[in-house]
Amino acid sequence: MLTLQCPYCGVWAEETELHAEGEAHLKRFGPGSDDADFESYLFMRENPKGVHFERWRHSHGCGKFFHAARCTMTLKVFGTYPAQTLEPPQDIKDRISETYPGWTWRNFK
Amino acid sequence: MRRYSAFAIAREAARYHTGWERAWASPEPKKKYDVIIVGAGGHGLATAFYLGKNFGITNVAIIEKGWLGGGNTGRNTTIIRSNYLQDSSAAIYEKARSLYETMSQDLNYNVMFSPRGVMMLAQTEHEVRGYQRTAHANALQGVKTEFIGPERVKELCPIICIDGPRYPVLGALWQERGGTGRHDAVAWGYARACSDMGMDIIQKCEVVGVRSSGGKVVGVDTTKGPIDCDKLGLVVAGNSGALANMAGFRLPMESVALQALVSEPIKPCMDVVVMANTVHGYMSQSDKGEMVIGGGTDGFNNYTQRGSFHHIEETVRALVETFPIISRLKMLRQWGGIVDVTGDRSPVIGKTPLGNCFINAGWGTGGFKAIPGGGWATAELIAKGEPGPLAAEFGMERFIEGRFIDESVAAGVAH
Repeated sequence: MLTLQCPYCGVWAEETELHAEGEAHLKRFGPGSDDADFESYLFMRENPKGVHFERWRHSHGCGKFFHAARCTMTLKVFGTYPAQTLEPPQDIKDRISETYPGWTWRNFK
Repeated sequence: MRRYSAFAIAREAARYHTGWERAWASPEPKKKYDVIIVGAGGHGLATAFYLGKNFGITNVAIIEKGWLGGGNTGRNTTIIRSNYLQDSSAAIYEKARSLYETMSQDLNYNVMFSPRGVMMLAQTEHEVRGYQRTAHANALQGVKTEFIGPERVKELCPIICIDGPRYPVLGALWQERGGTGRHDAVAWGYARACSDMGMDIIQKCEVVGVRSSGGKVVGVDTTKGPIDCDKLGLVVAGNSGALANMAGFRLPMESVALQALVSEPIKPCMDVVVMANTVHGYMSQSDKGEMVIGGGTDGFNNYTQRGSFHHIEETVRALVETFPIISRLKMLRQWGGIVDVTGDRSPVIGKTPLGNCFINAGWGTGGFKAIPGGGWATAELIAKGEPGPLAAEFGMERFIEGRFIDESVAAGVAH
């Protein structure tokens, strides 16, 4: 079973205690933006084989949203970090580089 | 190709079965084909078959990274139905269901289509209203379904507990002509027919790159070397995103694991397919007597072909409540398959940003039932370069145009 540590309350939570909330670091587009941006924001998803950044919610715990870096092939978790960030912290990026040298995800590397 | 028949069995019995030929050839790839289909699953093979049968295009290669029918075609719960809410879904799934009816004769291969009836239980007032609406929609679409009451549910499937404490059965959407088929045989039957038309089925050959020039595909790089083509069809459930990446475009899809499990064989106890969407589970009995059970998808992107354990518990818990007699049943096997899910839970059959590259993907949790219809529509798309009436609504552009085929409410769970 997938377990993630909530970066807010520190609890190691099993996936039944959490709720997956989809892709992280989405740039939001609202009314007035052009069709391509709006489509991309709403429907076009990163769907990598390898490292993925996603939002989770500690729904049956402290209730906070947080981010996780996880491999979609092995379910290996590289780390979790608070949601109030525009980019994953360097130590998580370094940990990913150990497994996947030269990885990229959207404009992160 | 020697035809299979009662006479052939008698002939081979008389000579110690020495005369059976291989069902399909396994050639090395040629330098160039008119059409390359990536993915020798049900949809890929059906696409190739209807390219040959309906359009006379037989210089075709079907490339498969694993073995034929080894992906979701060999992992699903084999349910065939067409009781969808939206017109465009009903049209393509009903086309598929009607092609299943004569598939064994068309392919000269027994796909064991068993129109035993599919029942979707309504266990809340909302579901009752929803399924009544679907039954009315189906009547307008020319798909024969009806909404039946709990007594009829009990009559059709006596092992259902209709007055369960939590979710009593209030009725069901009943499609008499739905049922099950033998999933492997569908792939094998199409493969044999494709091979007979002179198409090359190339297994254990992974596509590692898509070569394009001037906005058009010129060929693919594979683990067996480069192969050129005039047109390319991407028909790879679960790996659509990875292939689209190679071809340089994005898809409105995410890949998740969907699980199924099967019990030890028991005596015949149910002769219909039952789907219970409120409590998350569906079940039918195979010809061997095993109860075939479908579960839920993971909530997060995943390529592990395994799935989360707690879904099994949830599925089994729900089914034990609906079918109390299975509470002591042992489960034999559990497995997962990777499904590509779109925003509106409907597939994509259409053109891609590369002019001569076409895609059939995103069937989510319900691709098996659509195999002949999806193949029929994709073959038309590839042959003509434009979608025909079946595929017209399923293009990717629907997401930018806001023209969804919204089955996420009608069939978001068991599909």
